[in-house]
Amino acid sequence: MNGKGRQKETLLKVLRYIRKYWFYLGLSVLMAACTVALTLYVPILTGEAIDLIIAEGLVDFEGIFAILVKVGIAIALTAAAQWLMNVCNNRMTYGIVRDIRDEAFRKIEILPLKYIDAHSYGEVVSRVIADVDQFADGLLMGFTQLFTGVVTIVGTLVIMLTINIGITVVVVCITPVSFLVANFIAKKTYHMFKLQSETRGEQTALIDEMVGNQRVVQAFGYEDNAMERFDEINGRLQKCSLQAIFFSSITNPATRFVNSLVYTGVGITGAFLAIMGGISVGQLSCLLTYANQYTKPFNEISGVVTELQNALACAARIFELIEEEPQVPDAADAVSLANVEGTVDLEHVSFSYTPEKKLIEDFNLKVKPGQRVAIVGPTGCGKTTLINLLMRFYDVREGRIRVEGKDIRQVTRKSLRTAFGMVLQETWLKSGTIRDNIVMGRPEATEEEVIAAAKAAHAHSFIKRLPEGYDTVITEDGGNLSQGQKQLLCITRVMLCQPDMLILDEATSSIDTRTEIRIQKAFAKLMDGRTSFIVAHRLSTIQEADIILVMKDGNIIEQGNHESLLAEGGFYAQLYQSQFAV
Amino acid sequence: MKKLLVYLKDYKKESILAPLFKMLEASFELLVPLVMAQIIDTGIAQRDKGIIVKMGLVMIALGLIGLVCSITAQFFAAKAAVGFSTGLKHALFGHIQKLSFSEMDTIGTSTLITRMTSDVNQVQSGVNLVLRLFLRSPFIVFGAMIMAFTIDVKAAFVFVVTIPLLCIVVFGIMLITMPLYKKVQTGLDRILGITRENLTGARVVRAFNKEEAEIGRFRDGNENLTTMQMFVGKISALMNPVTYIIINGAVIVLIWTGAVQVENGYITQGEVVALVNYMSQILVELIKLANLIITVTKALACANRIEAVFEAKSSLVSPEPGKSTGAALSAEGTGTETIRRNGSGAASPAVTFEHVCLTYKNAGAESLTDIHFQVQKGQTVGIIGGTGSGKSSVVNMIPRFYDATKGRVLVDGRDVKDYTLEELRGKIGVVMQKAVLFKGTIRENLLWGKEDATEEEMWRALEISQAKEFVETKEGGLDAKVAQAGKNLSGGQKQRLTIARALIRRPEILILDDSASALDFATDAKLRKAIREMEEAPTVFIVSQRAASIQYADSIIVMDDGEIAGMGTHSQLMETCEVYKEIYDSQFKKEGQAS
Repeated sequence: MNGKGRQKETLLKVLRYIRKYWFYLGLSVLMAACTVALTLYVPILTGEAIDLIIAEGLVDFEGIFAILVKVGIAIALTAAAQWLMNVCNNRMTYGIVRDIRDEAFRKIEILPLKYIDAHSYGEVVSRVIADVDQFADGLLMGFTQLFTGVVTIVGTLVIMLTINIGITVVVVCITPVSFLVANFIAKKTYHMFKLQSETRGEQTALIDEMVGNQRVVQAFGYEDNAMERFDEINGRLQKCSLQAIFFSSITNPATRFVNSLVYTGVGITGAFLAIMGGISVGQLSCLLTYANQYTKPFNEISGVVTELQNALACAARIFELIEEEPQVPDAADAVSLANVEGTVDLEHVSFSYTPEKKLIEDFNLKVKPGQRVAIVGPTGCGKTTLINLLMRFYDVREGRIRVEGKDIRQVTRKSLRTAFGMVLQETWLKSGTIRDNIVMGRPEATEEEVIAAAKAAHAHSFIKRLPEGYDTVITEDGGNLSQGQKQLLCITRVMLCQPDMLILDEATSSIDTRTEIRIQKAFAKLMDGRTSFIVAHRLSTIQEADIILVMKDGNIIEQGNHESLLAEGGFYAQLYQSQFAV
Repeated sequence: MKKLLVYLKDYKKESILAPLFKMLEASFELLVPLVMAQIIDTGIAQRDKGIIVKMGLVMIALGLIGLVCSITAQFFAAKAAVGFSTGLKHALFGHIQKLSFSEMDTIGTSTLITRMTSDVNQVQSGVNLVLRLFLRSPFIVFGAMIMAFTIDVKAAFVFVVTIPLLCIVVFGIMLITMPLYKKVQTGLDRILGITRENLTGARVVRAFNKEEAEIGRFRDGNENLTTMQMFVGKISALMNPVTYIIINGAVIVLIWTGAVQVENGYITQGEVVALVNYMSQILVELIKLANLIITVTKALACANRIEAVFEAKSSLVSPEPGKSTGAALSAEGTGTETIRRNGSGAASPAVTFEHVCLTYKNAGAESLTDIHFQVQKGQTVGIIGGTGSGKSSVVNMIPRFYDATKGRVLVDGRDVKDYTLEELRGKIGVVMQKAVLFKGTIRENLLWGKEDATEEEMWRALEISQAKEFVETKEGGLDAKVAQAGKNLSGGQKQRLTIARALIRRPEILILDDSASALDFATDAKLRKAIREMEEAPTVFIVSQRAASIQYADSIIVMDDGEIAGMGTHSQLMETCEVYKEIYDSQFKKEGQAS
């Protein structure tokens, strides 16, 4: 029940997407009906023509000619209807696939970061790309063959009945066997396909990791080990693929065998009837063609059913993503932060990524407009956690964060994030031109503003020297830029936005100190009058901070300014003094 | 596609047997209309019920044999196709791993991933179908024609005209759609790229409120893809109707010719039925063939893309094993500026750069110009300089991530090109700017550095890299889980683990490429101290932005715009090198006073 129930559920969801294309669906069904009717009409005409060819000297050429003209017209119409049907199906399938992809991507944009941090990129990508692709193939096949199949079966049955009831009964009795066979196989293979799809996902994840980090793989000569791991999954995939493919491919021969039984059955009963004068040879020929046409769709349908099984398995994985719980939406009465002066209060904040491991406990902090907050502490003490909370990438577990006196869960994310300018330790650039990347926060910025910001961030000189200047296309993940250049671009990006508050996460660590001095000057100007949170290593930055938060093991253990903390002689003093020791 | 066929080699038997059994099945299928003609002409005409029953049994027997043959064929085809893709993926993965940094830079990661996954899948279904049906269908088509000849030569000429006509249509459409499918695949690559980007950059996208814009960008790419798919689909959709017209046109002609032949007494009515039956068999096969061709066209396009990956050859050529070189002597006496450790001399220097220049692929200007220096074993060298000054480029050339365009790099007095990559990189521990860890446990990540490392060696490496403390507090210690890309660790933790990973192999040369940037000063200092105190201390290259990190190095190389601006000890450089002095002062003036 479980597997079947889920499948049904998936099917219903697919139907929801189809609804939008009802026009194409209707037209396609109509055209399918036309095609089938005409295709069925042609054998009747052919049969009639054959009955006019009795033997030597007994051929009615005039009659035959009249019939053949009719055949010609029917053929032309069939072809036209068929083409129209195919085009409709195409539109529908690719349209639906586009809709699903769009929705999946939209989902990615509103998924909580918790989901993104916890799932491998390769797996998510495989859902959006490979699974949707497979689904499209299955769906297209389903559309093109399912309708025509079903309509053909019904149509043939009706026509056969009008010709001869006895033979029709023979046909109808034997055919369901092929359906049963197909159904049986499909049921058995659904799980095999699912296993195959999962194993593929696993493999994609490994490829993503190893190929994505090839530099490290090569530096450590890990190629052989990677190969080994790859081969292990590859071997498993080989096994389960073989199973899925072989067992599903039995369907076709099996149903074809049933067909040949039907064909023989019609042949024999027909022949006996013909001897008794029940039907003519032309009618028999016509019935034989129908018997073929009646059973063929069963094959096709069974083929389609396996394909659809596969498609549904893929669809289920996509829907899993689409139905993933999104981040908590902005509160209905959420207000837009405006005229931010820079008051930030953290009240009794508790937070941890996993309930088992407590991180921040009952933390309080009051930041007045224009103050600089430096977060320092040994590596890995959870400094970036604070950024996650301020930007509302994660929500606090207890307590609240207030900006301008408003709980940040009561303001729109958009206005909150606009209020902050952020430079992360891990630089991220999107593929596109340098300019595209700079104007991310302010698409409407003028050329002058862009250049001014780039100059302020000392990025202008290197950008100018690139082959196409600001129009240089940077590849995936900024591959052709140095770490420092990427960093400079990220800073330019924030520089252009002139945000109300700043968050800097070790942002300047990869830039040489000469440049950095200039950047710090620029930042100092930027920070002037703006509340800033800085995850800092540089003592000069720290010394000038109004508030220093000293973190250790996820907790804020000391809080104060440089002088007071030094006087305290605690952990901060210890950190500070160790700086020049080698 | 041709080159990919080698991966079918191990499945020769299967790839021959599959079509063979299919053809066997088809031959039995071809006999059916003849048997039916017998029923009509003998059974019905002579009212012989015995013949009718006998022929009926023959038909069932034919069906049964067909079933067995067909299942056998399916099995072999599936086995060959899956085996093929498994072998192909293995080879592709191996090949990609061998590509050097320059090739990876130009090709891009995401397209490699699609090629390894969805493209290979498409090719696999293509191979499977081809093995099953591509021989069978033409066989039935031509078989039907031959059978027609046995019935009546004149009527058979209808087949002779029809079949080539069909071939033209089928292959014509195939030729037109093939390049289009390639475009579709490129479109798919693009949206894959966007998806990946948005996963890796989720934080930035949200921080800049770009969700809507990104959705728009994805939608454009997606729309573009859909339009292309629909266009190709429209052309492919012509296939069925056109073939249908041709075949049924032929049936019309056939009936007319048949009528004439019967009138003249050459053939019987039953034989006309047989002829029409053969023609409709061709139609059925062609419909299959047409659907197949769509799949095969796609598969071929994918196969080409895969081939393109195989064609990207690694630009780094390893020497043939056994070929020894006499390069060791050249370093001496060429007037190389030598950096010597106090007192110790002799032996060949650990690393030598001889007038090295480097130009990256597709880059106009040189990134490194005339780099010339020598480092003795056990020394610590600091490399400092501005962004894009070429610091990383210099160290990247030691493990041969990139090859010099001019000049040469020597390790232990031997040209790096004379080492096998394995041997060369085995001597070197590299810690890159970007700290990359892999999904698994801490232990597994450390084992990257040395496969057979003992527990003790691991803890020792962790101790030196200042990671021991936090690893100990992790649940499970060495067996604590590491998420993909080390997402559950902080930047500093990741960096220290990557350093431990490099240390564990006890490298002769250790390269720290700005890899302590996320460490606080105290940890950074402790780390450097611990490395210096290692027994059999490695030759260390520290690339850094921080003067404090390299201040105490045996020698400091100051890079400026791809050239060496100064070289020497801290005190020497303070006297002679303007660039260095400026860097140092900028960092230390204030802080120096404070301490």
